Amino acid sequence: MTLKEVPLQTEVKSAKRIKVSSLAKTRKRSDYFWAYLMIAPTMLGLFIFYLWPIVQNFYFSFTEWGAFGQYEWTGLDNYKRLLEDATLLQAFKNTSIYIIFTVPIGIFLSIIVAVLLNQNIKGKSIYRTLYFLPVITMPAAIAMVWKWLYNADYGMFNYLLSLAGIDGPQWVSDPSIALYSIIAVAIWSGIGYNMVIFLSGLQGIPKMYYEAAEIDGAGPVTVFFKITLPLLSPVIFFVSIMSLIGAFQVFDLIFMMIGKSSTALESTQSIVYLFYQHAFVLNDKGYAAAIAVLLLAVILIITAIQMVLQKKWVHYD
Amino acid sequence: MKKWIIMLVTVVLGLIGLSGCSDSDAASGGEKDGKVEITYGFWDKKQVPAIEEIIKLFNEKYPDIKVKTEITPYGQYFQKLETAATGGALPDVLWMNGAHVVQYAEGKVILPLSEMAEKDNYSLDNYPESLIDLYTVDGDIYGIPKDYDTTGLWYNKKIFDEAGVSYPDETWDWEKLKEAAKQLTDKEKGIWGYAALMGNQGGYYDFIWQNDGYIISKDSKSVGFDQPEAIEALEYNVSFIKEGLSPTQAQMTETAASELFSSGKIAMMFDGPWMVPEYKKNPDLDVAVVPQGKKRAVSIHGLSNVISSNTKHKEEAWKFLQFLGSKEAAEVYAKTGTVIPAFNGTQDAWKESVPNLNLQAFIDGAEYSVPLPSVENTGEIWQYETDVLKKAWSEEISIEEAAEELTKKANEALSK
Repeated sequence: MTLKEVPLQTEVKSAKRIKVSSLAKTRKRSDYFWAYLMIAPTMLGLFIFYLWPIVQNFYFSFTEWGAFGQYEWTGLDNYKRLLEDATLLQAFKNTSIYIIFTVPIGIFLSIIVAVLLNQNIKGKSIYRTLYFLPVITMPAAIAMVWKWLYNADYGMFNYLLSLAGIDGPQWVSDPSIALYSIIAVAIWSGIGYNMVIFLSGLQGIPKMYYEAAEIDGAGPVTVFFKITLPLLSPVIFFVSIMSLIGAFQVFDLIFMMIGKSSTALESTQSIVYLFYQHAFVLNDKGYAAAIAVLLLAVILIITAIQMVLQKKWVHYD
Repeated sequence: MKKWIIMLVTVVLGLIGLSGCSDSDAASGGEKDGKVEITYGFWDKKQVPAIEEIIKLFNEKYPDIKVKTEITPYGQYFQKLETAATGGALPDVLWMNGAHVVQYAEGKVILPLSEMAEKDNYSLDNYPESLIDLYTVDGDIYGIPKDYDTTGLWYNKKIFDEAGVSYPDETWDWEKLKEAAKQLTDKEKGIWGYAALMGNQGGYYDFIWQNDGYIISKDSKSVGFDQPEAIEALEYNVSFIKEGLSPTQAQMTETAASELFSSGKIAMMFDGPWMVPEYKKNPDLDVAVVPQGKKRAVSIHGLSNVISSNTKHKEEAWKFLQFLGSKEAAEVYAKTGTVIPAFNGTQDAWKESVPNLNLQAFIDGAEYSVPLPSVENTGEIWQYETDVLKKAWSEEISIEEAAEELTKKANEALSK
């Protein structure tokens, strides 16, 4: 930060303050009433469909369920069970592997794609549309198509491999590679969404920095690492938080691509899959609620760590 | 003033949106144009043509009762019912299987029918006794049987002819099945002799019974998976995979065995009569009775129709249920070759509906059949079977280990 910028910033700040205070004076009490009334439908929806279920879930995590909605209070029993559950540990391991691969690779690839599509190239919007298409496709449809591509007997991948004389693996049934097959699909289908956010971030970077860099004779790699990446860091931070939370909740791909009697289920099932299994298949809703509480706690902690760490690498200017 | 109107409209629209959600959920019935609408829930898409015809016939008698069908695939059927039952939103009339009837009857979410049947002189003698027993809980009947199914040995005549093996018949036993599987397996052509399916009905249950074993003890307190007879039967099952005579468990999850079978990659497999609508189109396929082990045995199970206790149209639902259990409805099922109708005496029509298949094999099976065991936690035990046995099927763990683990888990479920 140069010395010259300092008075400029304070000026802006004081200007803002003046504006805000003058607005507050003119704002009548009824304005607040209308404002709250306007957001009431959304708030009501949020409360009914998000907040209240969270409260209920927390309560149910201390209960044990019988058939058809009967339950009894069992205190900390479910949480004790969590500690001894080897399947849960395995699910955490699977989810962690999934996150470790999908989040960084996904972000890396989408930045590359966004930077490339931010150039002046022919058919730019066609490419952007193509990359964005998986985002607006139903996850179930994506899973079905990929399951077919992966099929060991009739699938396209193994057909292509067989042309080269290679006997292809069982992509989604072999326990040692099934999770990575899913990860590949997750990365593929996630690129478009992140790309759009990165594109808007890239377009928010003032042109003058690049012009200055050009005058100073900086090459494209230097420009990318010294200008683009630091100025994009708030967006990267946002995307990494959102994709991490999303990755923790992976369910649909696994549910659709891995059969219930599949030999690869243990090595692919995620925490949310386990939650689903207990809540809706085994009808063990109390324990499922405890799993959900645990997952919430883990996500909260990791997001908090990210918030603390961001000071070291995110540039807000 | 204008502001007011906009606000009001916003709020009202919001409320309508919300109430709209709950309305459509609870729409299990309403009187439109003087008509009563009842809903009918079931899972098998293959039976839709027959069911639609039955509803048409029903409406000729009762034009004022409209029946709306709700199909949910079997994989989600009972999950959906559980949630719907908790919220009091079950379909008025629905399919029930033996595995869940005790739980649903004891949970009081389906209606006992004995009283209504008595009042209307509705005879239960028209159905096989074993099926009536299956749906009788604490002395009260809860479901009217609609069909039954046993297991048959489906085979591909073309593969048999090419390998010069004679078709399976009632003289076959375990040894012969193994021997034939060896002769029919052709690695080069990618043909397996037999599909060692990991399924209970038409799979390991049948083999365990054939080997004099049992699934659930008579007092319903323990399971028999760890008994020597059961272990031997399971080992016989898996030996087909071990010896390369059957696709591996992983291969059968990649592509369903029934698909491999109908595309000519598998020579023989166990399956039920519910596959008739699909297999009858293929002239290469036929069916025989299952081979015997120490004795002849095959599992029998049948579905029934039940009425949910939250129904607002009990009278209409009962009328529809009676019609679904009638000879008329059974004949529709028989004629379309969908399933073996439960109504006594209509089975022959079913057999004749598809003359190119030896459907008598399924009807014969009923003579030496064992009903699928049903206790309150059957669904949970089935889940453990899948979880544990698939590890044995994929040769991750030995049969003994699987039997031990499964027995422990299932016994725990039984003791609940």
